[in-house]
Amino acid sequence: MSEGVGVDNLITLDRVTGDSELAASQVNSVRPNLCIQHVSKSFQSKNGSVYVLEDINLEIKQGEFVCLVGPSGCGKTTLMNIVAGLEKADSGEVWANGRKVNHAGPDRVVIFQEAALFPWLNVIKNVEFGLKLKGVSSRERRNIALEYLKMVHLTRFQNAHIHELSGGMKQRVAIARALAMNPEMLLMDEPFSALDAQTRWILHFELQNIWMKTKKTILFVTHNIREAVCLADRIFILSTSPGRIKKEFFVDLPRPRDDNDVSVAEYSTKIMKELKAEIDKVIKCEMDADSCVECDIKCTVVEPAKTDIGGGI
Amino acid sequence: MYSVLKRVIFFVLLIGLWELLFRLGIWPEYILPSPLSVCKTLVRGFQDQSLLIGVAISMKRIAIGYGISIGIGIFTGLLIGRFRIFEETLGSLISGLQTLPTICWLPLSLLWFGLNDRAIIFLVFMGAVLSIATGTDSGVKNVPPLYIRAAKTMGAKKWKLYLEVIIPAALPHIIIGMKQGWSFAWRSLMAGELLIVCLGLGHLLMIGRELNDMSQVIAVMLVIIIIGVLVDRLFFMKVERHIRERWGLTKA
Repeated sequence: MSEGVGVDNLITLDRVTGDSELAASQVNSVRPNLCIQHVSKSFQSKNGSVYVLEDINLEIKQGEFVCLVGPSGCGKTTLMNIVAGLEKADSGEVWANGRKVNHAGPDRVVIFQEAALFPWLNVIKNVEFGLKLKGVSSRERRNIALEYLKMVHLTRFQNAHIHELSGGMKQRVAIARALAMNPEMLLMDEPFSALDAQTRWILHFELQNIWMKTKKTILFVTHNIREAVCLADRIFILSTSPGRIKKEFFVDLPRPRDDNDVSVAEYSTKIMKELKAEIDKVIKCEMDADSCVECDIKCTVVEPAKTDIGGGI
Repeated sequence: MYSVLKRVIFFVLLIGLWELLFRLGIWPEYILPSPLSVCKTLVRGFQDQSLLIGVAISMKRIAIGYGISIGIGIFTGLLIGRFRIFEETLGSLISGLQTLPTICWLPLSLLWFGLNDRAIIFLVFMGAVLSIATGTDSGVKNVPPLYIRAAKTMGAKKWKLYLEVIIPAALPHIIIGMKQGWSFAWRSLMAGELLIVCLGLGHLLMIGRELNDMSQVIAVMLVIIIIGVLVDRLFFMKVERHIRERWGLTKA
């Protein structure tokens, strides 16, 4: 199944390079998805350039729920921003919904860690925001907004001010606001990590329900393996400095899943073991190096250096 | 309610003291008129419409001058707040001009526009525009980048980004700038009207002086105070309270 998609993709991409306008529309009608090819990104710092992402390749099918998991500082958010079009990659390309990503667009709405709702608008006007930009008539956008507020169970709060909502409610409004635009895919950047465990637990259910109802493609970034197992069809583990895709896991547990399911816990433990080496590396780096910048240099250089010294003595 | 009572008692006592000083007859009436004669002058001024006309003319001038300064002030504030090149050039010009008291523009204004309305409107404009521009500038600089990123992913571009996100997000600061701008504009309007003979409240004040009519001087001063307070209470305080409630800043 996944191989088929891969091949399909290569073909469509060949076509795109030939005649981008025509092919783009064809690809879009055939199989909208996300394709990240050889994406690298580095930042300049005082010690030279540091690779945050190195040669990232991944493909996401339409309607798939994919999680990116990795320790903090591994470039998950950077990758997300590149997909969103908020940042530019140094090299490589991102194709979303048959179009090359050059800038941010309403077909890839991002849900941030903080809800980023606008305090000068009330709840329903926040949900209508994207539709207003699109030029949808006021009555129609009110109806659409109400529909999605209903989906996140917040119709009661449609006229509330943003500061009157709890953190979990804010994220639900943000989800409704994103869905109201009917985007091809949702990009979720650690959306629940600032919430308490109980609220997160509830939102995991809600998000799964919404996903099953709407069948949106979701790219979800998290550092929480349990969360990833609970939500995703597929999990990519990223390594740190430089960020690379280390491993890919398929999760085919029945839905809706619960964080506390034994199967979810077991699966998480399995992934955790795989990730153990990566975490050890991070811990070692953080203890060895004063700054993150020198981190990968030291990690790779330290050991051979030791043997050299040993030989010298 | 209790505070209103305290305020009323305070002002009644103040007027009583004034009346007492008048009755003692230490100063002649053209130095210290009685509260009653000031009150009579006020009523007469409204009856023969001389005060009303003065108020109308002054309000028209400030409306035009202040209106223009809102438009231009917000526009330049946006430029300075969003573009480095304007901050380094226009921004330094504005912070330099702010040290100049507005009334110093009067000679220039008279030479450019002559002895007429436009000279006063220019003064009003110069009084308000710098405060509004700097208020907008600081508002724009304080817009959380997250709002802009969120709006961009929802398809906000160019002028829509400004209209739907940057200006609303900067509004609390813009209002502060507008409030300060209003008080500067009101001051420079009065200063201009005192010095240029062309009706308006400031001119009525000068007529009072020329006629040695102290009760008219005080009556016009009262009208100026009342208009200033009304604009502040009825407009700015309401808008500010509305914003504070909406943004959830009341309890903070």
